[in-house]
Amino acid sequence: MNRHLISAGDLSRDDALLILDTAEELSQVADRPIRKLPTLRGRTVVNLFYEDSTRTRISFEAAAKRLSADVINFSAKGSSVAKGESLKDTALTLEAMGADAVVIRHQASGAPHRLSHWVRGSVVNAGDGTHEHPTQALLDAFTMRRRLGRLDGLRVAIVGDVLHSRVARSNVLLLRTLGADVTLVAPPTLLPVAVSSWPCEVSYDFSATLPKTDVVMMLRVQAERMSAAYFPTVREYSRRYGLDATRLALLPDHAIVMHPGPMNRGVEIAAEVADSPRSTIVEQVANGVSVRMAVLYLLLGGAELATTEVSR
Amino acid sequence: MTHALQPGTADGAGPPAENAAAEVAGTAGATAADPAAGDPAMANPAMANAATSDGRSEPLLVDKEPPPAGKTVLVADEIGRALTRVAHEILERTNGAEDVVLLGIPTRGVPLARRLAARLTKVEGRAVPSGSLDITMYRDDLRLRPARTLGHTVVPASGIDDKIVVLVDDVLYSGRTVRAALDALSDLGRPRAVQLAVLVDRGHRELPIRADYVGKNLPTSQRELVQVQLTETDGQDAVILSTEADR
Repeated sequence: MNRHLISAGDLSRDDALLILDTAEELSQVADRPIRKLPTLRGRTVVNLFYEDSTRTRISFEAAAKRLSADVINFSAKGSSVAKGESLKDTALTLEAMGADAVVIRHQASGAPHRLSHWVRGSVVNAGDGTHEHPTQALLDAFTMRRRLGRLDGLRVAIVGDVLHSRVARSNVLLLRTLGADVTLVAPPTLLPVAVSSWPCEVSYDFSATLPKTDVVMMLRVQAERMSAAYFPTVREYSRRYGLDATRLALLPDHAIVMHPGPMNRGVEIAAEVADSPRSTIVEQVANGVSVRMAVLYLLLGGAELATTEVSR
Repeated sequence: MTHALQPGTADGAGPPAENAAAEVAGTAGATAADPAAGDPAMANPAMANAATSDGRSEPLLVDKEPPPAGKTVLVADEIGRALTRVAHEILERTNGAEDVVLLGIPTRGVPLARRLAARLTKVEGRAVPSGSLDITMYRDDLRLRPARTLGHTVVPASGIDDKIVVLVDDVLYSGRTVRAALDALSDLGRPRAVQLAVLVDRGHRELPIRADYVGKNLPTSQRELVQVQLTETDGQDAVILSTEADR
């Protein structure tokens, strides 16, 4: 495995399966009386969050703590970032504190990549702009494999705001590596220009795609990133690309419904669908901790990698 | 280099092998067999290397020291008898294995625990549970190597609280594995007592740990390697003692 986890595309099939298998073993820890392992005792994990996040930050924090690492939470609000400190200066501060891993979420695509050149520790991308969110893709793959028993040949539809979604990109890359067939379903305005170069199919007709789908993954409409009008009205979007009970009925019986959260109930997913037994939304959160434990263990648990010269 | 070539020399020593290799070289289109490919080349590593590039390295090293095959110290029957004796010792020491839970340490402790459980069950006519206890996350040498793949931990449904847990492993050596297992166990519950059963005790402890039940005491040197093979994992039952040179 690489020293950093920045893109789901950097993972080989073996790397990805090792992470999923390790997560499978580590998921047992949640059922034990003592939910803690001593493995990363004395290691420091910094959560560096420039964007608001609840579940990802808490998930990484829980994962690091279950492995006995020390966790330092750093959020941009109320820190020196608000006073105008640059990412590089913040990175050098973390470096001086001896961070073994930096978990970073940033509004700018590519920020984790830049950071990886400035710190000695491992960098884990927890979402950068509209680029990638690899641990989300790993936990989605983990959830699919647990529910459906396999990933190879699985038909996955990723539906909604693909343009602004780092989850979609990471999932397309990872699922391809793991042998699943991905179809993106979205209005043309919400697909990236270069989508034709992605290793997946594209469809504009949600209802026609559903009967040949094993997993339907709904994406959040990211209103906060939308500076222009991408669709006429929320109601029209919901009618054409929302998952409601009628559409749910079109899915094969074994199919599952996923959502990376947070949900806009009534927009991309109806409340009754989100709460149905076929929805894995709550499982995804629990699985997220196991997968992030696996990632931290595999990056930090073994021999320290040879120190490479850090460019300043 | 020398070590890498040794497996080849194991095929046969002496002139027949030289001839065979010469034939191979001939069919491969290399220069005709060179009768001088013997002692002079062996005395001269540079020449040996040159010969390697011709694809004829093997005969040059023949006779050098045919590796002693690992010595089999326990055969299948002896392993079976040792396990049966250990099973009876467990019964004696635990009042008929009441409240006993056997936990094997992966990889080879797990099938051993299962075999012991089967023997206990057979003698007592009451199911004795067995499971496995992965200790990877508790090892003290994790930072010396790349991150390891995890094994399974399976605790029997009866749990381990207030039970007599017998840890089962194939070889007892430094004691560090058992130390890790004790830590792992304490995170899973609070057994009434913890005991240790091993198939082979080879000595050289680095921690104050001893086994309660030993299949075979095997005095070894630290340069030697003890390898336990089990049908479940290796296709046959055997305990093999070899030296570093065999590896």
